[in-house]
Amino acid sequence: MTHVEREQWDVVVVGAGGAGLRAAIEARRAGARTAVICKSLFGKAHTVMAEGGIAASMANVHPQDDWKTHFRDTMRGGKFLNQWRMAELHAQEAPERVWELETWGALFDRTPDGRISQRNFGGHEYPRLAHVGDRTGLELLRTLQQRSVGLQQEDHRETGDHEGRLKVFQEFTVTRILKDGDGRVSGVFCYERESGRFLVLEAPAVVLATGGIGKSFKVTSNSWEYTGDGHALALLAGAPLVNMEFVQFHPTGMVWPPSVKGILVTESVRGDGGVLRNSEGRRFMFDYVPDVFKEKYAETEEEGDRWYEDPDHNRRPPELLPRDEVARAINSEVKAGRGSPHGGVFLDVSTRMPAETIRRRLPSMYHQFKELADVDITAEAMEVGPTCHYVMGGVNVDSETAATVGVPGLFAAGEVAGGMHGSNRLGGNSLSDLLVFGRRAGLYAAQYALSGVGGGIVAADVDAAAAEALAPFGSASGASGGHGAERNADASGGRGPEGDAGPPENPYTLHQELQQTMNDLVGIIRREGEMAEALDRIAALRARARRVTVEGHRQFNPGWHLALDLRNMLLVGECVARAALERTESRGGHTREDYPAMDRAWRPVNLLCRLDGDGIALERTRTEPIRPDLLALFEQDELAKYLAEEELEGLEGSHGA
Amino acid sequence: MSTYDARFRVWRGDVDGGELTDYTVEVHDGEVVLDVVHRLQATQTPDLAVRWNCKAGKCGSCSAEINGRPRLLCMTRMSVFARDEVITVTPMRAFPVVRDLVTDVSFNYAKAREIPAFVPPAGVGPGEYRMRQEDVERSQEFRKCIECFLCQDTCHVVRDHEENKGAFAGPRFLMRVAELDMHPLDAAEEAGLDRRRTAQEEHGLGYCNITKCCTEVCPESIHITDNALIPMKERVVDRKYDPLVWLGNTIRRRKTT
Repeated sequence: MTHVEREQWDVVVVGAGGAGLRAAIEARRAGARTAVICKSLFGKAHTVMAEGGIAASMANVHPQDDWKTHFRDTMRGGKFLNQWRMAELHAQEAPERVWELETWGALFDRTPDGRISQRNFGGHEYPRLAHVGDRTGLELLRTLQQRSVGLQQEDHRETGDHEGRLKVFQEFTVTRILKDGDGRVSGVFCYERESGRFLVLEAPAVVLATGGIGKSFKVTSNSWEYTGDGHALALLAGAPLVNMEFVQFHPTGMVWPPSVKGILVTESVRGDGGVLRNSEGRRFMFDYVPDVFKEKYAETEEEGDRWYEDPDHNRRPPELLPRDEVARAINSEVKAGRGSPHGGVFLDVSTRMPAETIRRRLPSMYHQFKELADVDITAEAMEVGPTCHYVMGGVNVDSETAATVGVPGLFAAGEVAGGMHGSNRLGGNSLSDLLVFGRRAGLYAAQYALSGVGGGIVAADVDAAAAEALAPFGSASGASGGHGAERNADASGGRGPEGDAGPPENPYTLHQELQQTMNDLVGIIRREGEMAEALDRIAALRARARRVTVEGHRQFNPGWHLALDLRNMLLVGECVARAALERTESRGGHTREDYPAMDRAWRPVNLLCRLDGDGIALERTRTEPIRPDLLALFEQDELAKYLAEEELEGLEGSHGA
Repeated sequence: MSTYDARFRVWRGDVDGGELTDYTVEVHDGEVVLDVVHRLQATQTPDLAVRWNCKAGKCGSCSAEINGRPRLLCMTRMSVFARDEVITVTPMRAFPVVRDLVTDVSFNYAKAREIPAFVPPAGVGPGEYRMRQEDVERSQEFRKCIECFLCQDTCHVVRDHEENKGAFAGPRFLMRVAELDMHPLDAAEEAGLDRRRTAQEEHGLGYCNITKCCTEVCPESIHITDNALIPMKERVVDRKYDPLVWLGNTIRRRKTT
């Protein structure tokens, strides 16, 4: 039996981004001894890359804004596939969550009368995004980080121990959720990156807050951490994922130079007045306003331009359509041969506002293009194109409590959770999602943990997790020489149950092949044959991944870390491909060339992914009907564009129309 | 696209010692040093340890020293070097090595804990905070900090003086004190906490002799010395020798809130 050090906690939060830290703060406040585990250093989470803002209907800039408008915008943005109760809670609670950050020291940009300023963003009817220039995510994360430290300072004053009630395990990676004999969560198995040593944290409640899956794709705005860990941990623990076919390609990523391809160009550029043009100089977005949005967007450039100054009497420019629409439009322009020299389109602010204003409002963008591409955005247009940005799909959770469906004690919040954003997320709704559902997950995880449930760790599961983590060292000398590395019990070279024969594989090579596969075959525009091919390739990659071999020892070994992350990326990649192949329509972040239209019959259908042996099995479920008082927030003819036939019939009955 | 072979010397080793190792590695148009380090991992030495996250200059993970200068690997373009130049990459010198380019930066997290958090003003509820843009801008500049710790690495007070680490918080955390001291609504004073005094007496502000090394290496171009450290020093002096200036400052500050 493997000897692994153990610690006892009430709540373990996996991930220290916005959702994880907000969950940890709440769990600690609710009286639970809380441990946070993160892959990177504390304060480096992907949340720092969020630029534009936090959506919350505080009505500081436009007095008519309220949660109902925010709810409507969110549902429209998600093409009505959203888990409506989540969208409702999100819209209602977001303002409180933003104001709370101020009491923890956050410094947002201000309105002339001293309140939190709010900016325009795609799909939001009113200026709604609280922001700090174009580095809002950094402000949010730093505030939560400093609040966590503040709580540790309080604990230290009281008990003499900074870490007794809230501790951050930085640069640790969780590889398995552990359960007791009755199938309830009992802890996590993880390794320390620095030393390679294993650690088991025993806890009756675990909150997954691991973010997204972008590193399965070649062109992405996501950082290295986004390997779908929480998605895979949930699957492996027996919790299903929902809506995995919906992947958001942000319309504006950098396209040149190649080494920065995919890095995000914030939507604020368009929110603040930037326009998209093709190689002929045309503002092509006017040609791509879909029917469902026709009445809400300007038909002429003049009207669109007037909207920035007088939003009550003009309609917004189509550059501010939801992200899925803009990304597809850019894709079409490039395909039609009207792209920019490096395969994107032009995004221009230089002719739209004075250089000084650009540098003040978009400082990071100015810096990013100057430093990485030698482009001065105050003098010339940027070149941009779609980049994999966000996964709408994720762990299927209860709307109120963030508890996963099917695994008692397992919770999920933030990008790793599914449902909230439906088929497409609006900009700014991610940071608010992290805060609203991070808090809920922390609160309910603490309540659950403190109710006295949960059994012990099963020793055989710990042994199996240790063997799995050591497998990439094989029987070679690599496993020794490190700091107390245990040898893999299975030294025959045939590590999988099938006893795969073949040459050793390099994890970097497999990762690159997976990224290319997802990018080319399950990317922004999808076709049946290509997705079927993607599934074949993923299956082949999975077989080869069993032969991954790494050099060196366990101390801070990136090759080993990647080898372990591969399992997660392959699982998640299969979920995306399988669900995308099944959904025979186009909606939000899922576009089928062979089924180009949205099909109302698919509106009440969710696809659940579960682990089935080695692979993924799909299940179709019907969503819970949208509550009538929420439906009443929309006009009948708008609902008629979205709801399935039988849903509309029910509606006519209840409305007596 | 043009491609060439660059010569790299990378420090390899751990707490027990190590050495510079030579590599010849392919470089493509527009790449940064981190791209080249990644290519080394993928093609020549898969266990080369390096921290990185965003590769966009926003997270401050990939701090190291390139030809002896503290820099972010992801924001250093290969085009700034001559093609025949040998590029030497070493870990940050002020912190203990863990492995290869990865250092133990726990010093910084310990210092962060020693700076008391923001103190919310009594009687002002969530949603009631009112601050003017020009009043928040001073602290906002410091909150651009991505905690890459390059300023901590380069600061001569600790760079080659391990013995000063106990008494000196370093530019990043002295700037944090300044940030809170300049926050329009921080109520530390009302709570009996004198941030200026603690900067001097507990966090080692007096060690700083404003050589501006920290400002020079800051990838966010924060004016650490001019806007944070020097004003803090002035405030400390005001406090020590001129109670009237202190009183005036306090009254002015309350008015703006």
